[in-house]
Amino acid sequence: MRPILLQGHERPLTQIKYTKDGDILFSTAKDQIICAWFSANGERLGTYHGHQGALWTVDIDPTTTLLASGAADNTVRLWDVRTGKCVKVLELNTAVKRVEFSEDGTQLLAVTEKRMGFLGTIVVFDIKIDVDAEQSSEPAMTITCDESKATVAGWSYLSKYIIAGHEDGSVSQYDGKSGELLDNYPAHEDGMPVTDLQWSPDRTYFITSSKDKTAKVISARNLEVLKTYVTDTPLNTATITPKKDFVILGGGQAAIDVTTTSSRQGKFEARFYHRIFEDEIGRVKGHFGPLNTIAVDPQGRGYASGGEDGYVRVHHFDKGYFDFMYEVEKEQARG
Amino acid sequence: MAPSYNDLPEDNGYDSEEELDYSDLQEQYDVRLEQGLDAFVVIDGLPVVPEDSKQKLVKYLLKKLTTAGKTKEDATFMPTNDQGMTQGYAFVEFKSPEQAIAAAKTFNGTPFDKKHTLAVNKLTDIDRYGREGRVDDEYHAPHIDEFSEKDHLRWWLGDIAGRDQLVMYRGDSVGVFWNKKKDNPENILDRKNWTEFFVQWSPQGTFLTTIHTQGAQLWGGPSWSKTHKFPHPGCNLVDISPSEKYITTWSFKPIEVTEDDPFLTLEEDGKNYIIWDVATEKPLRSFQTHDLASPTVDDATGQPVKKKIPWPAFKWSADDKYVARMLEGQSISIYELPKMNLLDKTTIKIEGIRDFEWAPAVPQRESVKGYEQLLCFWTPEIGSNPAKVGLMNIPAKEIVRTRNLFNVTDAKLHWQSQGAYVCVKVDRHSKSKKSLATNLEIFRVKEKGVPVEVVDSIKDTVINFAWEPKGDRFVLITTTEVVAATAVPPKTAVSFFCPEKIKGAGVGNFKLIRTIEKKNSNAIYWSPKGRFVVVATVHSQQSFDLDFWDLDFEGEKPESDKDLTANLQLMNTADHYGVTDIDWDPTGRYVATSASVWKHTMENGYHLYSLSGELLREEHIEKFKQLLWRPRPPTLLSRDDQKQIRKNLRDYSKDFEEQDRIEEDKEKGAIVEERRRTLSEWLAWRANTEEDLREERREMGLDTEINGVDDKAEDADGEGEQIEELVEEVLDEFEEIVS
Repeated sequence: MRPILLQGHERPLTQIKYTKDGDILFSTAKDQIICAWFSANGERLGTYHGHQGALWTVDIDPTTTLLASGAADNTVRLWDVRTGKCVKVLELNTAVKRVEFSEDGTQLLAVTEKRMGFLGTIVVFDIKIDVDAEQSSEPAMTITCDESKATVAGWSYLSKYIIAGHEDGSVSQYDGKSGELLDNYPAHEDGMPVTDLQWSPDRTYFITSSKDKTAKVISARNLEVLKTYVTDTPLNTATITPKKDFVILGGGQAAIDVTTTSSRQGKFEARFYHRIFEDEIGRVKGHFGPLNTIAVDPQGRGYASGGEDGYVRVHHFDKGYFDFMYEVEKEQARG
Repeated sequence: MAPSYNDLPEDNGYDSEEELDYSDLQEQYDVRLEQGLDAFVVIDGLPVVPEDSKQKLVKYLLKKLTTAGKTKEDATFMPTNDQGMTQGYAFVEFKSPEQAIAAAKTFNGTPFDKKHTLAVNKLTDIDRYGREGRVDDEYHAPHIDEFSEKDHLRWWLGDIAGRDQLVMYRGDSVGVFWNKKKDNPENILDRKNWTEFFVQWSPQGTFLTTIHTQGAQLWGGPSWSKTHKFPHPGCNLVDISPSEKYITTWSFKPIEVTEDDPFLTLEEDGKNYIIWDVATEKPLRSFQTHDLASPTVDDATGQPVKKKIPWPAFKWSADDKYVARMLEGQSISIYELPKMNLLDKTTIKIEGIRDFEWAPAVPQRESVKGYEQLLCFWTPEIGSNPAKVGLMNIPAKEIVRTRNLFNVTDAKLHWQSQGAYVCVKVDRHSKSKKSLATNLEIFRVKEKGVPVEVVDSIKDTVINFAWEPKGDRFVLITTTEVVAATAVPPKTAVSFFCPEKIKGAGVGNFKLIRTIEKKNSNAIYWSPKGRFVVVATVHSQQSFDLDFWDLDFEGEKPESDKDLTANLQLMNTADHYGVTDIDWDPTGRYVATSASVWKHTMENGYHLYSLSGELLREEHIEKFKQLLWRPRPPTLLSRDDQKQIRKNLRDYSKDFEEQDRIEEDKEKGAIVEERRRTLSEWLAWRANTEEDLREERREMGLDTEINGVDDKAEDADGEGEQIEELVEEVLDEFEEIVS
């Protein structure tokens, strides 16, 4: 099906998130505004104004009540999804690169940049899912990354662990309550930053993408690498599709690394891999800059990709996608 | 020891202009290290004469010897015995050791008079080889190693499935594979650092050549052992003769041979080319690179012109009997193999010669009974003389046919693979020298009197031309623009030609079939069996077309082509990003296209197409360098056998298809088994994880429904329910009275 092109941002996209129902998607870009869109037809629902710096990240609580965003203006803001009003500004020391609500929405983590003498941290806030409630300004917990700064982080199932991906390519497992470092595993090539970390629907495993041109599916419980997807381009993002056992990877040669940038040479395509067999099964062209973020509808109906080119492309899967099955999978389904 | 004057390097750091003339001093103080013994020769086999005739004999001898070097009577010593008779030998001192060598070379074994034959040797050699004990008095038979069976060098032709081999050079390793069509090529062996520069098959596929700083090596047989080595230090290029009997190696740097070199002799010192006998691994003859006649500095820009060495410089005749090299502008030297002596001891002077080519097959001309080889050459306009194309037969060295041409800027010689035609592509300039156009002068070599047909309907410059192998059709590419090194590829047009249908035997005139305009194509690759041709754009930054054409399409023929011996049809168009090289397999069934890291670093790897342009495989390989099909020797089947096979092709292909199916099933089975295992492992892991998760949820007093897992089956078609809400809002209301 033809993708819907969302032309609401003027700068490169940084993150896209669907609501749990998959009906609305939120996008952030370096142009300081958050956009909300209907995923079905691409109509813009509204924007959220207030940040004073490039927006890096956005997340929605599971009930679609509160929206959290993090930006280069050193703040995390909480918004009323319905009205677009900012209900809370949480001041931090440095730019915020990633925010994520816990599975039940009662906690929010924020990954801060290492800058101006501050080490990279993961800060946790307690959240009340109510637009009128008074939110606490004080962090409930702060994890400091003194080895290599965290680039991405997220909550595992039952908020048991906080998993972080680091600039040196390693992945850490922290205790979700105490913040204690439980494990650190060099999942990706040394010195190749982890660029994205997204969860399986039940949050028992996650996928990481890295500049080392690979993406890996890792178990949250013991950081065991379960699957590896090898590509030929540095990756910026990776996501796990619900309903079908695929993963979608995105990336591309950064503009400074290519001499002549035709879209072909830059490899600006979304790549579909089979999650279990690790085979590439398809590519979707369209962007003319590297893909910075890919998000998938939690209900499995489609996905959206955001590029360095400033566009969001919303795709709805067609029948062929749902019918696609390896022979052995069909066997499995029959038996 | 202090260096003698002789040992001082020529260039000792002084400016040549300031250098003083020391030659007189040098002569005075020069130390004769060998005490002059090198200048002596021993002459044996002289007649025995009495004392009084001795004078006469010496005089007669000297008369002969002085043709080789300077000597005089008092430098000759002819001893006599007690009876006053000479003893049949003499010692002669020459002015220099070089002259002594020359004398030994010239006179050794030559007749002195009717009864006497001279044996002339250097004194030092007699000392070296003739001294007691140096040569055993008794004859010992040389030791001959037990016969041990060697690998069969053509083993790969016996493959039960008749598959073809290919070699791939990527990263540091070279691998040889069986072609498996769609499937991963089956690896036969993989060797790291097998070659230092590149690999190359011999013309009939018997050997794989690897190039090293120490020289070239040939490998073959099922064990891929080293069969031959040619220690040419710094060797850059090699060229093996069509029958694989001889090999030429070339190095940019002249060879430096040291005294104790185990392989090369001083004969090879300072040379660039060595022509070797493959079987004995011995050099046959060595040569220096000719200085190129073209200017070293561009007249217009003053920039030095990058010289491109013509390769192969030594061109083999089709039957390996001759090898020839051209000295541009002057002559062709033809050497007879295997002795490598100059044919008739002279070079063939052809003033102004710019290029020549041997007929690629032994020609069978009508009305010519005896043995001959043909070569074609051309000379540009010199003064008021027109440019000329000539056909010469060898060994008679007769000009079989010439043709005069005017306003010639450049010419290229294209032989058809059986030597039936030679097409001379002549780039002609207009009087003002501003525009270029191309004529084709086609020599019908096999017809009586070698008639020449001229195709002058082409208005533009032809940048590429190729004959159909074993056929009589050709493809050419023209461009209106002058080909310059710009980023934008020039617009080109591709034209197909074939002979007209005529009654009776013979071949009709060449006619244009069709021209395809507005292409970027620049390369033509015919199937080795003819009929099919790939026209491609290679080494381009923007365009990567591969057009697969069939010239004998079995479908309906357009009315306009009814008089032509071809039915042209574009079968398929493909696109291989960054393609640099294209190679047909020797059977003409597959086309491999590769993007080599030697040219660029984008998406290196290869594609494999069927002859009709269907993509069978593509593989991206980091640092991919070369893919070469192993050539096959000519078939051993007779013409009738081949006809028979063609007739029963349907039955054969039934068998082959069946075999393919079995093979495919087997491989699929293995893959399916592997997938089954992977899938069940994953499912087991999931089941475990889910169970643990449920357990933990129970402990925490939560419901045990797990997000996003249980609803997997439903809603599989993705058709979600769509609810559209229409909200009507009254903005304003007023009444308007209509009269």
